[in-house]
Amino acid sequence: MKFFIAFILTALLSFAGCLFFPWWIIAVAAFVVAAIIHQRAVASFAAGFFALFILWALQALYIDIKNEHLLSTKVARILPLGGSYIALILLSAFIGGVVAGFAALTASFLRKR
Amino acid sequence: MRIVPCFITAITTIALIFLLNVPLPFGQSKTPCFGAFLSPQHGYLQNAEPVDEDFNATLHFPILNGKVEVYFDERLVPHVYAEKENDAYFVQGYLHAKFRLWQMDFQTYAAAGRLSEIMGETSGGNNFLKIDRFFRRLGMVYGAEQSLKKLEADSITKNETDSYTAGVNAYISSLKPNQIPFEYKLLNYKPEKWTNLKTQLFLKYMSFDLAGGDNDFEMTNAKKIFSASDIEKLYPTMQDSLDPIIPKSTVFQPASIVSNKPAGADSIYFHSTDSIEAPLIIKPDKNNGSNNWVVAGRKTRSGSPILCNDPHLGLNLPSLWYEMQISTPAFNTYGVSFPGAPSIIIGFNDSCAWGVTNAGRDIKDYYQITFKDTSEQEYLYNSRWKKVTFRNEVIKVKGQADVVEKIAMTVFGPVMFDKNYPNILKDGKSYAVRWKAHDASNELLTSNKLDRVKNYFDFIKAITTFQTPGQNFIFATKTGDIAIRQQGQFPAKWRRQGDFIMPGIDSSYLWKGFIPSRENPTMINPARGFLSSANQLATDETYPYYLAGQPEIYRGIIINRKLSHMSDITIEDMQRLQTDNFNVFAEMARPLLLKYLDQGKLSADEKGYVTKFKNWNLRNDVDEEGPTVFKLWWDHLSVAVYSDEFAQTTLPLKWPDESTLLEGLLKDSTYKFVDNINTPRVEKLDEIILQSFKLACKDLKIADAKHELAWGKYKNTGVKHLLKLPGLSRLHLLIGGGTNIINATTASHGPSWRMIVQLTDDIEAYGVYPGGQNGNPGSKYYDNFVDSWVRGKYYPLLYVSADRVRTSSKMKWKMTFTKA
Repeated sequence: MKFFIAFILTALLSFAGCLFFPWWIIAVAAFVVAAIIHQRAVASFAAGFFALFILWALQALYIDIKNEHLLSTKVARILPLGGSYIALILLSAFIGGVVAGFAALTASFLRKR
Repeated sequence: MRIVPCFITAITTIALIFLLNVPLPFGQSKTPCFGAFLSPQHGYLQNAEPVDEDFNATLHFPILNGKVEVYFDERLVPHVYAEKENDAYFVQGYLHAKFRLWQMDFQTYAAAGRLSEIMGETSGGNNFLKIDRFFRRLGMVYGAEQSLKKLEADSITKNETDSYTAGVNAYISSLKPNQIPFEYKLLNYKPEKWTNLKTQLFLKYMSFDLAGGDNDFEMTNAKKIFSASDIEKLYPTMQDSLDPIIPKSTVFQPASIVSNKPAGADSIYFHSTDSIEAPLIIKPDKNNGSNNWVVAGRKTRSGSPILCNDPHLGLNLPSLWYEMQISTPAFNTYGVSFPGAPSIIIGFNDSCAWGVTNAGRDIKDYYQITFKDTSEQEYLYNSRWKKVTFRNEVIKVKGQADVVEKIAMTVFGPVMFDKNYPNILKDGKSYAVRWKAHDASNELLTSNKLDRVKNYFDFIKAITTFQTPGQNFIFATKTGDIAIRQQGQFPAKWRRQGDFIMPGIDSSYLWKGFIPSRENPTMINPARGFLSSANQLATDETYPYYLAGQPEIYRGIIINRKLSHMSDITIEDMQRLQTDNFNVFAEMARPLLLKYLDQGKLSADEKGYVTKFKNWNLRNDVDEEGPTVFKLWWDHLSVAVYSDEFAQTTLPLKWPDESTLLEGLLKDSTYKFVDNINTPRVEKLDEIILQSFKLACKDLKIADAKHELAWGKYKNTGVKHLLKLPGLSRLHLLIGGGTNIINATTASHGPSWRMIVQLTDDIEAYGVYPGGQNGNPGSKYYDNFVDSWVRGKYYPLLYVSADRVRTSSKMKWKMTFTKA
């Protein structure tokens, strides 16, 4: 239950934060949530990681499908990911996830066990 | 608290964020800042436009004086209806910015020599600092500043440009950081405010593209190895097969400005034997040209004139052109505009149509400057030491200290080349450049007037102040008049003035004056019932001024031949002609090649290629193999003829034109340059034709093995993004045509806008350009015209009057602009 709440809160706070702040607000969001909802290190990391992985993946997919993959395909040719929009979206989601995961992990180590 | 793991993860998190927040080196370039770029709420996905995007909007701006309604048709072409004229230009600026902001901004960075600011000194194998130094030293910014003064001194252009700039900036101000165009995110910089100077910089860039070419250093080098008579043979100023814009045997008035060659020029200028780190010299594409023609009503089925125009320019995405209609109480004009400048440039209104091709006259010359000492503070002029003024051009370089170009300004112009900036002859000498585009001129006034032109007299009045780049303006009215004028402010030159570098120690070699506009080659309602221009010389040699330039002759020949044989002409006929792939150059060259080719000396494979060439229908269509055989054969022949003579110098020379070689060989099979000067015997034409054919066959076999013998595959046309990124480009397009062909599509260059206008009571017009209305690579309107353009298809241009637009079923979206 704690995990699920942390997961949802991180995602929501990140989404709201990104409306007003630069992208790295996701680290702040994950850190704050993990500091408030204390969990074991692995669980904290996972909640942060999956919150952002799922949030960014879903947002990216939503925009990308409405765009019929036009821009993601082009960007995936530039980066270079062989023009695979799926690879690009997974990469974005992974990057968001890792940053949030490590921020959450930091917070979990802050608190005494 | 577990200090060590906490510390480690905190450092890791911060390091990750840091790494994702800066551009990282990747190959020779830099990556975008990955964090922001990939974040769905900040990055590239914010530019991924839904394919069913709703462009409807209601916007309010305090600067507006009335209401402006913009209707977009299904191709995203805006039809602007403004109550007040200045509001129309405001909205034009707003729309240019909304759909083309990055492109217009980037082009002005290039024009102003500021690319290093965003790209750094080098990126992706390009040295941007060298490019910037070139444009600064050429005086692009200087010229733009001069012309800005003139633009702002005229209330018409001042008002329209102020409104336009305000429109661009209104859009820029409305952008949130996540909404800036895609390329800014990719390159990691931000839009800056538009200015009237930026509009002038863009126009100067067009002047550079169309009238910034020269071969003066190469020609000067040629004087060192070739005699005066050889120079005439290699670089003639007139070709026999020329069919000029103004037909031969037209009688011209005598020149009102007499420009004589200075005394002593024969020894000093024509036979100078002065001898002479690799500098970067940027040359506009030699293929920059265009076709335009107009047929009179008596040659058309409708009985009304038809005007056609297709300017040939570099094929880029986003396109140079933005299509639109602008309607105000004073005028109602449709056509293409330049993102970066107000007005419609090529188009039509409810009484007339007009188009342009490049005049290609040489208006860029160099003078050798003699400085008193290395401080460059004084130079010899009319037997005195004259002081220079210095102009400092400060180039900001991303991540480095500024680079300052201290440029000495002389009566001749800016000293472009000196000890700090070597020329291609590497002679260490100083040369000032005199370029017509340095002069204050107000080309936008011409566009402003053309947009509302009613008749021939308005037309002449509109174009008469147009200075640079010189254009062949073609014109037709609903009332049946057709006309053409080569317009520009051209220096009155003596023959070959400025073809070579000129002495700059006194005033004797200066341009002595400009040809009055009324003496520019002009023709109205000719007996033959049509007019055309295709970058050939404007006149024959009876015109009383020297037409310095590098003309192309073949497109003009075929256009005039076809038009003279046509009657009862329809719009479909004109579409077929504008996309025609007949190769008149090959028609003239093939008999010569086959006559001198000894087929007894060929292998079976080689004979196969001869057969392909012989049976070729002389059309450069996509599937034809003949054009590939011809191209390779001709190129090898040209090398075989000239390379021995040209190897006498390691410094650059200008390669002779195709027409020069063909006419030389047609006139005389013992053409002087056929002989290889490195062998004791005298080679004959049949020997080098055989030799060049065998070399061509080697290349043909390679192309054949790669299945690239068919012309479309071999030519490999692509429309490249301005950053040359393949991912944002449309490559490997199967389209025919080529150099010397009406459909002048080469690998990266060609018809950038095809327009056909029939001047019936209800104007019927068609057009297409290789791009799309939205410059955003994330829009489906980014490149949606490309396939139609490749197939030679046209879109009907919806020319709708203000009273009918509200009920038009063709309009998909509406933007309303009102006073706040």
